Amino acid sequence: MNRLSSFNVVSLTLGFVFLYVPMLILVIYSFNASKLVTVWAGFSTKWYGELLSNEAFLVAAWVTLRVAVISSSIATVLGTMAAYVLVRGGRFFGRTLFSGMIYAPLVMPEVITGLSLLLLFIGIGLDRGVLTIVLAHTTFSMCFVSVVVSSRLVTFDRSLEEAALDLGASPWDAFRLVTLPIIAPAVISGWLLAFTLSLDDLVIASFTSGPSATTLPMKIWSSVRLGVSPEINALSTILIGLVAVGVIVASLASKHAAVRAKRDEQAAARAA
Amino acid sequence: MAETVFAPWDDPNEKPLIRFRNVTKRFGDFIAIDDLTLDIFEREFFALLGPSGCGKTTMMRMLAGFENPTDGSIELAGQDIAGVPANKRAVNMMFQSYALFPHLSVWDNIAFGLRRESNDKAAIAARVEEMLKLTRLEKFARRKPHQISGGQRQRVALARSLAKAPKLLLLDEPLGALDAKLREATQFELMDIQEKTGTTFVIVTHDQEEAMTVASRVAVMDEGRVMQVATPERIYEAPNSVYVADFIGDVNILHGAAKPVGQDMYEVGWAADHTPVQASSSRPFSDGQPCHLAIRPEKVSIHRDRPAADNAVRGKILDIAYLGNLSTYHVELPTGDIIKAQVANTRRISRRDFTWEDPVWVSWTKTAGVLLAE
Amino acid sequence: MRRAVLIAVPYVWLLALFLIPFAVVFKISLSDIALAIPPYMPTAKDGIWNMLSQLDFENFIFLTEDDLYWKAYVSSLQIALISTLFALLVGYPMAYAMARAPEQWRPTLLMLVILPFWTSFLIRVYAWVGILSGEGFLNQFLLWIGVVDSPLTILNTNTAVYIGIVYTYLPFMILPIYSALDRLDGSLIEAAEDLGCSRIKAFWLVTIPLSRNGIIAGCFLVFIPALGEFVIPSLLGGSGTLMIGKVLFEEFFSNRDWPVASAVAVILLLILIIPIVLFQRNEQKQVEAEG
Repeated sequence: MNRLSSFNVVSLTLGFVFLYVPMLILVIYSFNASKLVTVWAGFSTKWYGELLSNEAFLVAAWVTLRVAVISSSIATVLGTMAAYVLVRGGRFFGRTLFSGMIYAPLVMPEVITGLSLLLLFIGIGLDRGVLTIVLAHTTFSMCFVSVVVSSRLVTFDRSLEEAALDLGASPWDAFRLVTLPIIAPAVISGWLLAFTLSLDDLVIASFTSGPSATTLPMKIWSSVRLGVSPEINALSTILIGLVAVGVIVASLASKHAAVRAKRDEQAAARAA
Repeated sequence: MAETVFAPWDDPNEKPLIRFRNVTKRFGDFIAIDDLTLDIFEREFFALLGPSGCGKTTMMRMLAGFENPTDGSIELAGQDIAGVPANKRAVNMMFQSYALFPHLSVWDNIAFGLRRESNDKAAIAARVEEMLKLTRLEKFARRKPHQISGGQRQRVALARSLAKAPKLLLLDEPLGALDAKLREATQFELMDIQEKTGTTFVIVTHDQEEAMTVASRVAVMDEGRVMQVATPERIYEAPNSVYVADFIGDVNILHGAAKPVGQDMYEVGWAADHTPVQASSSRPFSDGQPCHLAIRPEKVSIHRDRPAADNAVRGKILDIAYLGNLSTYHVELPTGDIIKAQVANTRRISRRDFTWEDPVWVSWTKTAGVLLAE
Repeated sequence: MRRAVLIAVPYVWLLALFLIPFAVVFKISLSDIALAIPPYMPTAKDGIWNMLSQLDFENFIFLTEDDLYWKAYVSSLQIALISTLFALLVGYPMAYAMARAPEQWRPTLLMLVILPFWTSFLIRVYAWVGILSGEGFLNQFLLWIGVVDSPLTILNTNTAVYIGIVYTYLPFMILPIYSALDRLDGSLIEAAEDLGCSRIKAFWLVTIPLSRNGIIAGCFLVFIPALGEFVIPSLLGGSGTLMIGKVLFEEFFSNRDWPVASAVAVILLLILIIPIVLFQRNEQKQVEAEG
């Protein structure tokens, strides 16, 4: 019934070509034997070898990974708390300020966030390094987590919590045993979002890191400023590959869960 | 001067406004409409009645121009309308969801169609005011659809679809979203407006009471076919099939074999060790032909002792449904069949004549039932 | 008691690491260079009066006097505006086609739009360097099909910046429009046709007005981050591409002029407040309309 008109097909095709061809070119040319990135000179994986033997990249990757795991984990805890406070907290002093501070970082230009945090860290005499990047990343990504989690909490049927309380659970038990398992998918996607944001961040990390800590985006940045480099193409391909695998696994898992839920439902309907 | 009854379908000289000729509509393998032929006349209030999936909505959408028949033709005022797009048809539709434009006020919603064909602001305004008055919506003209009640929305949808004075108005479950009380009042309002404007209405509904109340004729549909087209009285009193009898109202069915016993009279042997019941039928049956006797519960009476009636059967009360104005007794016959008998509760405090497990007699006259072949 | 802790922890965190840093930026923007030598921190022990008396607007006056800043603000607005417009022109047809696509395709299409989000922003911008450069793929392609005789200069121009912004922020445009179109009741279009509209007329009179909130949301979601963008103008833009994020970054890291950098940040923030407030209003209205 719902057939697409040719105009729609064309706009979708062109749109997705626009979105994906640039990345496809990166991937293809990461296997180019030539140093000249735009001239194809045969298949080779030598840039991957060079990349993996480049110690600076590996160190930066390790820093980035640590920062991302730690900051996204703290951000998930704080962001979930903040979401709970926003949706269930009722009135309290400074609520408007609080919700403002949750939403403002979402639209704040990174240069401003980075600058302000740097000035603070200098002001209080905190040495810049992994710790300061973690603090900075936690601050802005907790807001993203909070938005993701609160949008789930808003649609959450409150009577479930009330039923738990009615059956004798303490508020903490009600949260731990009822609310958390139900909002878990949102909490997990919040963590993933925070993790990706941290992995991806260049500007804030540039401001808040010191000489002791260089993240991968900073390393990439300093080399792409000089132009296209096949090593960066190889690195990009690895990152794109990781994301693609992650997303495909996640979507298969959720599809599997949906299929199973449907099957259970049908089985239950048949039994009834 | 005798008052003429509105019955153009009985007049062979009358030209139908709409003519479905052998219309078939397929969606892939699914046959929504199966070789359907049907006439609808001008000024009719015609109801398409059937369960969901019977094809009634597809018929309406073909009239509106959102679907085209796979086979056959549909004529509107003598012209084949296949291929005429929806926006070029003198047919308007009132959508089940009302489909009121949420970004436009009541006034602008009603004016929407008028503005498509004319630039005469004064004429449009006059027509909108007329429609507002007709549907008693003057006070709400400036409101947005989400600022008025469900009943008011329904009237806006009606006013909008009537504004262009279409030859034919299609109403898709127009009262489905209203609660029971409001629905009843609105049914009469619809009939009133239909009479005032003289527009031909085709209504799609699954609610048999609604169809019976508003329609001049009802088409009962099932699986893409029209089972019967007739006035509400005939549909109820003279159904042509067990399906129609069963779909409209409550009915008792006795299965048996017919045996002609005189002019339009038959005996129906329905159980080996019981006296055959008597039934009149203008429809002929041959000797021994399997048949079904359909009797409405209100035509069955209930007695403590054997009554002197054409047909009387002994049984035992199994259940009593007290509905306020009526009580329905479910009487189990020795064969295991259940006959429902309906009794009006005409007195406020009446003696309970019967109670559960009471042995009783049920009876009905020769002409109470309808003898059906299928 | 537990509730107090629950509120206090994220609250204090945000106060300490979001609000106070802003106060610091604001204060430094109003300081002399000499006073703002690191480590600078306004201290309460100097007394409020003392602090206020030290304030001066020299840095802001400097911003108005130097052409560079003025031009950078205007050109940021201009670049953000033009890119937003292009993103809308590309994004709307895509969102429309997605909303019209068969039900079973939609999750996949949606995933394809979101997928680039999860890929490094930096890498997505970088991908265009190889495409747009003088001997890049686009020029090779254009020369090959014979549209141009000599390579076009695209990289290091504003055009490259537009392309970069549209490319990276396109999903922000598509998603809100798609969700508005997806919610649109198909019978409204049929009703418009039934009342005499042609397809195109029904699109203008019904589809566009009813997806308006999605369009507005999408435009703000592209416009707001584009305004403060740093990576795209630095990587794809040329020396002539002035954008405020880039100016701020350079002011800070190259010139080490903290008060001026802070003043630039404060003004950028002031400019951003208007679209942010408008955006929030639009969201609020939508919530109310649905409720």
